[in-house]
Amino acid sequence: MSVQAPEREVRPVRSGRTVRIGPVSASLRWRDVVVPSVAFAALALVSAVSMGRGDFPIGVVDVLRTLVGLGEGPQEFIVLELRAPRVIVGVLVGLAFGVAGALFQTFARNPLASPDTLGITAGASAGAVAAIVLTGGTSTGAILGGLGIPLAALLGALAAGLLLFLLAWRAGIDGYRLVLVGIALWAVGNALIDFLLTRAEIYDASSAYVWITGSLNSRTWDHAVPLAIALAVLLPLSLALNRVLAVMQFGDDTARGLGVRLAGAQTAVVLLAVGLVAFAVSAAGPIAFVSLIVPQIAVRLTGGSRPPLLASGLVGALLVVGADLVTRTVLPEALPVGILTAAIGAPYLLWLLVRGRRQFT
Amino acid sequence: MATTVEVPARDAVRPLARSRRARRLATLLLLLGLVVAASLASIAVGTRSIGLGDVWRALLDSDLSTEEAVIVRQLRVPRTVLGLLVGLALGIAGALMQGHTRNPLGDPGLLGVTAGASLAVVLAISVFGLTSPSGYVWFAFAGALAGTVLVYAIGSAGRGGATPLSLALAGAALSALMYALVRAVLVSDQQTLDSFRFWVVGSLAGRGADVAWQVGPFIAIGLVLALVNAPALNLLGLGEDVARGLGQRIWLARAVGLAAITLLCGAATAACGPIAFVGLVVPHMVRALTGPDHRWLLPCSGLLGAALLLGADVIGRVVVRPGELQVGIVLALIGAPFFIALVRRTRAAGL
Repeated sequence: MSVQAPEREVRPVRSGRTVRIGPVSASLRWRDVVVPSVAFAALALVSAVSMGRGDFPIGVVDVLRTLVGLGEGPQEFIVLELRAPRVIVGVLVGLAFGVAGALFQTFARNPLASPDTLGITAGASAGAVAAIVLTGGTSTGAILGGLGIPLAALLGALAAGLLLFLLAWRAGIDGYRLVLVGIALWAVGNALIDFLLTRAEIYDASSAYVWITGSLNSRTWDHAVPLAIALAVLLPLSLALNRVLAVMQFGDDTARGLGVRLAGAQTAVVLLAVGLVAFAVSAAGPIAFVSLIVPQIAVRLTGGSRPPLLASGLVGALLVVGADLVTRTVLPEALPVGILTAAIGAPYLLWLLVRGRRQFT
Repeated sequence: MATTVEVPARDAVRPLARSRRARRLATLLLLLGLVVAASLASIAVGTRSIGLGDVWRALLDSDLSTEEAVIVRQLRVPRTVLGLLVGLALGIAGALMQGHTRNPLGDPGLLGVTAGASLAVVLAISVFGLTSPSGYVWFAFAGALAGTVLVYAIGSAGRGGATPLSLALAGAALSALMYALVRAVLVSDQQTLDSFRFWVVGSLAGRGADVAWQVGPFIAIGLVLALVNAPALNLLGLGEDVARGLGQRIWLARAVGLAAITLLCGAATAACGPIAFVGLVVPHMVRALTGPDHRWLLPCSGLLGAALLLGADVIGRVVVRPGELQVGIVLALIGAPFFIALVRRTRAAGL
C-alpha cells in the first residue's frame, strides 16, 4: 500500500516528555495537548458566535447568559429553540465524522480510507434518497418513505456498515480487504443513488441532492438528542481505543506480538466507527469529505505518526460549525453546509500539503 | 507491505517461469475471447434482436439496406466500438493509477479527472446552455485535463516532490473542492441538475460514431504511452530508491504514466460520463489472475474492462425492456457482488 522509500528530509517523531503518575506512565508531547485545547477554545467561541448571528443578532455575552438559564423572552426562545439545536448538531456531527475518519485511516493504514470511500455514507444516502424519492409510490417505497428520512438514513448506514464488517471478516479483518470490500459497497451505493435520482421527479431529485450534500437547515432538538445520546456512548469507547490503535499502526503481527487481542480490537474499531457515522449521517446527511480531510489536517497540526482521535474530532466540529456560520452570515445565498466544509477544508489541507516538510501516513 | 521473495532452486526456475507464462497467456486469450463474445452480443442484442447471421451479412455487405442492416451499421456498431474504446481506456487507466499511487483506492478519478470533467459539464449546461451528451465532450475533456494538471502541480509543489501520497491527497482535496463548486451550482439550479443527473450516471446511449471519432485518437495515444510505461512501473513498484539505483528516471516514468492516465480517463469520461467501477475494480480482478507484472496487468485490465463494459451495456438493454438501464448502474450492481466474492476467496494480491 502506501509504503514509500524514506525521503531525505524525514525527521524522527519526537517522543516527548515521559510523565509518571503512580503506576501509570505516558509519553506527553506538547502539541498533543495544545492542538486539541486550541481547537476546543475556538470551537466554543465559534459556537457562541454562531448562536448569536442571524436575522435577530444577539451578543456573545447574552448568548452565554441565555445558555446558563439567565435569558429572557424572545432571546431565550431564539437561542434555545432555534439556534442551539442547529449548532449542537453541527458540533456533534463534526466530532463523529472526525473521530470515525481517524479510526478508519489508522485501521486501514490508508490516508484515503474514510466512511465516504468505504461506502457507509453511500448506504445512508441511498436510504435517504429512497425515502425522499419513493414516498409517493407504492409498496416498499411507501414503507421506506413512512420511516422518515433520518431513520431511513440510519438504517442504510448501519446496513452498509454491517455488510462491510461481515464481508471483510475472515478470521479477523485485514485492512486491505476492508478497503477492497468498501470500494465495492461504495460503487453499489452510488449506483443506487444515481439510479433513484434519474427516476425521480425533478423536485424530489433536487431536495434529495441537498440531503446528500449535507445540511444543517431546520435541525431541531429531535435531531440533536438521539445523536447526543449515541455519541455519549460511542465517543468515550472510541477514545479508549487510543492505546490499542497506537500499537496497531505497526502492523498486525507486531500488534499481536505486543499482546493486542487483534480480533476483538478490530471488531471494536470498525463497529464503533460505523456507529459514529451512522448516527451523524442520519442527523445531518453525509457532510462531504469531512471525515476524509479532517484527520489529515489534524495529523499535520499535531505532527504525530497517525491521525489523532480527539484532535480530529475537535477539528471536525470546528470545521462544520465554522462552515455553517459562514453559509449563514457571509454568503448572499444559504448553501448547504456540506459545500462549505469542502470549500474551506480542502484548500487548508492543500496549503498544509504544499508547505509540509514531512511525510505522513 | 513486506514482500517475501521466494528463491527457488536453480533447476526449478525454468518450469515455474514457463507455467506462469502459460497461465498468463491463457488469461490473455480467455479475455480476448470474452471481448469478442461481448462485442457480438452488443451488436446482436437490443430492443430488436438481430440474428448473428444477419449481423454478419450487414457487416460484410455495405450496400445491404434492410432494416436490420441499418440498425447494425448506424446504431449498434458505433455504440459497440465506443464501449470497447472506453472499457479499454478505463481498465488500463485504473491499473496505471493503482500502480503509480500504490494505493488500492487509487481510481483514475482521484487525479481530479472526474471532478474536473463534472465541473466543466456543469458549467457547459448552466452557462452555455448545452443539453446533449455529444455537446459536452470537449468541455468534459478540457475539464479533465485541467483537473489533472492542477492536481499534479499542487501534489508536486511540496518539498518531497510528487510522491504517491502527496498526489493522492492533493487529488482527494482538489476533487473535494471541485465537487463543492459542482454542488453549489446544482443545489441552486434545478434545470442544470435535471440534465446533469443523466450525464453523471455514465451511459453509452445516445452517443453516435462522431463521439468515438472525437475521443478515439486520444485513447490511442494514451494506450501507447501506457504500454511504454509498463516496465518502468514494475521498477517503481520496488520503491523509488531501488528504481533510481537501477537507472530509472523517476520523473520521466511518472510523467509518462500520468499523461497516459489523463488521456485515457479524460477521453473515456468525456465520451460516457464518469464510470468509476471499471477503473477501481478491474485491476484488482486481473491482478488475481496475472500477478503484479504490469506488462501483463495493463493489457489484461484493458481487455477485461472492455468485456465488462460491453457485457453490462447488453444486460442494461435487456433487463428493463423497452427502457434501458445505464451501463454505470448495471456495472456496479452486477460487478460488486462478484468482486466481493473474489476478494474473499483469494488472498488479495497486494500492490
